[in-house]
Amino acid sequence: MKFQSHTLDNGLQIIAECNPAAHSLGMGFFVRTGSRDETDEVAGVSHFLEHMAFKGTPRRSADDVNREFDEIGAQNNAYTSEESTVYYASVLPEYQEQSIDLLADIMRPSLRVEDFDMEKKVILEEIQMYADQPPYGMDDYIKQLHYGDHPLARSVLGTVDTVGDLSVEQMQKYFESRYSPGNLFVAAAGRVDFDQLVRQVDERCGHWQPADAARDLPRPATEVKQERVNHEAATQQYVLQLADGPAAEDEDRYAAKILATIVGDDSGSRMYWDMVDNGNAESASLGHYEYQGAGMLFTWMSCNPADAETNCELIKEIQEKAQSEGFTAEELHQAQSKVKARVVLGSERPRSRLFNVGGNWMLRQEYRSVEDDLAAVDALTLDDLHRVLEKYPLTRATTVSVGPLDASSVA
Amino acid sequence: MPATSAVEERSAFIHTLSNGLVLLAEPINSVQSAAFTMLVPAGYSTDPIERRGLSELLCDMVLRGAGPRDGRELVNDLEVLGVERSENVGVSQSSFSGATLATSLNEALAIYADIVRRPHLPEDQLEQGKQVCLQEIRGVEDDPGQLLMNELRKRTYPDPWGRASYGTKEDVLAATHEDVRQHWQRSYRPNNAILAVAGNVDWDRLVDQVEDLFGDWQTVDIEPHLEKALKETTPHIHYDSNQCHIGIAYPSVPYRDPDYLRAWAAVGALSSGMSSRLFTEVREKRGLCYTVSASLQTQLDRARVLCYAGTTAERAQETLDVTYAELLRLGQGIHQGELDRLQARIKSGLIMQQESTSARSGSIARDWFHLGRIRSMEELGQLVDELTADSINEYLTTNPPSDFTFATLGPKELTIPSPIP
Repeated sequence: MKFQSHTLDNGLQIIAECNPAAHSLGMGFFVRTGSRDETDEVAGVSHFLEHMAFKGTPRRSADDVNREFDEIGAQNNAYTSEESTVYYASVLPEYQEQSIDLLADIMRPSLRVEDFDMEKKVILEEIQMYADQPPYGMDDYIKQLHYGDHPLARSVLGTVDTVGDLSVEQMQKYFESRYSPGNLFVAAAGRVDFDQLVRQVDERCGHWQPADAARDLPRPATEVKQERVNHEAATQQYVLQLADGPAAEDEDRYAAKILATIVGDDSGSRMYWDMVDNGNAESASLGHYEYQGAGMLFTWMSCNPADAETNCELIKEIQEKAQSEGFTAEELHQAQSKVKARVVLGSERPRSRLFNVGGNWMLRQEYRSVEDDLAAVDALTLDDLHRVLEKYPLTRATTVSVGPLDASSVA
Repeated sequence: MPATSAVEERSAFIHTLSNGLVLLAEPINSVQSAAFTMLVPAGYSTDPIERRGLSELLCDMVLRGAGPRDGRELVNDLEVLGVERSENVGVSQSSFSGATLATSLNEALAIYADIVRRPHLPEDQLEQGKQVCLQEIRGVEDDPGQLLMNELRKRTYPDPWGRASYGTKEDVLAATHEDVRQHWQRSYRPNNAILAVAGNVDWDRLVDQVEDLFGDWQTVDIEPHLEKALKETTPHIHYDSNQCHIGIAYPSVPYRDPDYLRAWAAVGALSSGMSSRLFTEVREKRGLCYTVSASLQTQLDRARVLCYAGTTAERAQETLDVTYAELLRLGQGIHQGELDRLQARIKSGLIMQQESTSARSGSIARDWFHLGRIRSMEELGQLVDELTADSINEYLTTNPPSDFTFATLGPKELTIPSPIP
């Protein structure tokens, strides 16, 4: 696999991990924009705009966009997070140009009012759908409690009110400031013809005008809070915990991922053996999520409401034991083996490499090969893990519990 | 532009052990990984009528220690080997699958031989196993979409084919250690079991190893299951939610039926891709919902098309009516353009599937179960190329979507369309 990169005159970067042995390729536009770049007035606009990209351009109607992706057999989609919006397609190599033509075109959507009004209904349905599903909006709420008014606390979906009130003019203005050639890049992985890709992107995007697109990166000042929210209709009780972890640019992120694997992977972890294997909880896990300037160690647990208190005690014991006694060499070895196998298995699919290559570039403007990631995992020692635990104690966490239990106390 | 991609020609190997276990493999030398899928005939349709959920419970229990390892050693050893594993209980089989580096495959298979043949089924962990199953039952209560689809299957398939794999709370609580042991004894058997491997493997060595691991596994004869008459039930289930969930089912043909590809393509026109009919009419043109879909779900001897839409209560009736109208309109046939797009999507899907050893091992195992042979991707690609709009429309004229079953779940009852005369 060979890494290649090129920057167009207007600042648009093109990067690719070329693998001539692959059968397909994945490619996408990675835009450095998400809910953290929004203001109160336009909460939810990044995600709404992602939907609008598929609703037509000066050259194509919404039907044309959908039909043409299907005509080349593309497996395409898009997603929006706190700090990125990504449009991607997996295709056969002979459709590289058609695919980039479509993706580049929808990066300059028409934002027609009729389409905007129609799609608003779909977004409102999406918001209602998530409101019915665990954890009933509490994943947004816990970030607000923990981060206060820090931009990372902003909801990706927005609310029925903010999305309902949004105007197409507001979206247009947001679009112009965020979708400039210096604030997005093209990434590709798999059987890519890189020279052609550069030409194909230049032809379609070379004339896009540069514009300033800054992002505020205030240091988060986090606060630890506890809250219980009543959701009568739920069957299970859901407990979320949010603690600080290493940020995207922090070398400690590998240690954080391994320690999260030991403490709270879906299988074979401490939380698994103490809480899930014995049926005390439906699920109990810990994950590490990295953002620019901040990292999250996120605990998730669901169980019978009657057992919520006992299970919260168990989580606390597991966390305190990790803090005071650390981990064993066997645990480290097992977690390393597991994570390395995932890296290698994932590397066989161009789409999974696309997200890896694009994600690294988005967060750090760096390329990391499969071998680089394997070496970073191999190099970890118990001391690294213990140092990270000391710096980012699991016990310093904001907790939100939601479910049929009444809201009077925390469990 | 590169030449047109084609499905890669690959050989598949088949070896049947004297006890009936079928070993299948698709060797792929260009990858580092190997994946396996082991199917044993312990599906939820084989659960005794008062022990629904027993296959799920058994699937949990066999991992609580097997051969020389207790439960913890077993899971830990698989993780040290780097096996990404998953277990699933389907209508006809329990499936144990895993993917790992090809160099670890032998050791992994030896552990799986212990799991299916020499599980400890520790009596002192039965309560824990039951609790795990009960947690799942409770969890589904909070997933209205899944709950609705379970209710739809229950209404469209006669028992035991429309059950939910996890059974019922009462049955799980009533299960005894002896129930679990007997179910293991009769269902985890070599006759009707399939082991499929895809990846960087040497066929001859694999045959030797599998003969060693499974050659002396004893066969078990069992009685076939009796089908019960379909029970009449009301379509609506009350649920306290913002959205209403809508399910519509109609009969189709199973995978081994000669008409399957035509039926599958017709459903593709409904719901494969963003230009498909349901997405276009229900979501894009009317903004009625975020999720709408239809898929052809096949069992060995029967199949249904299952449609789903989720939308807020006020728009639910219109969503149901528009979705239903599209199902009826499908009976009038599909257009050439729809077929062209479908063929492009299927072809790229097949080629991308070749990049995943996990997908291939699962796919060849299912092929064997349904067809009693492996249909190569090349052959499937050719069959798809040969589809014509005329042949699909001929199928649709004789078999228009009809005989619908409805289920709705949400705060408000909907008006169900009356049957067409």
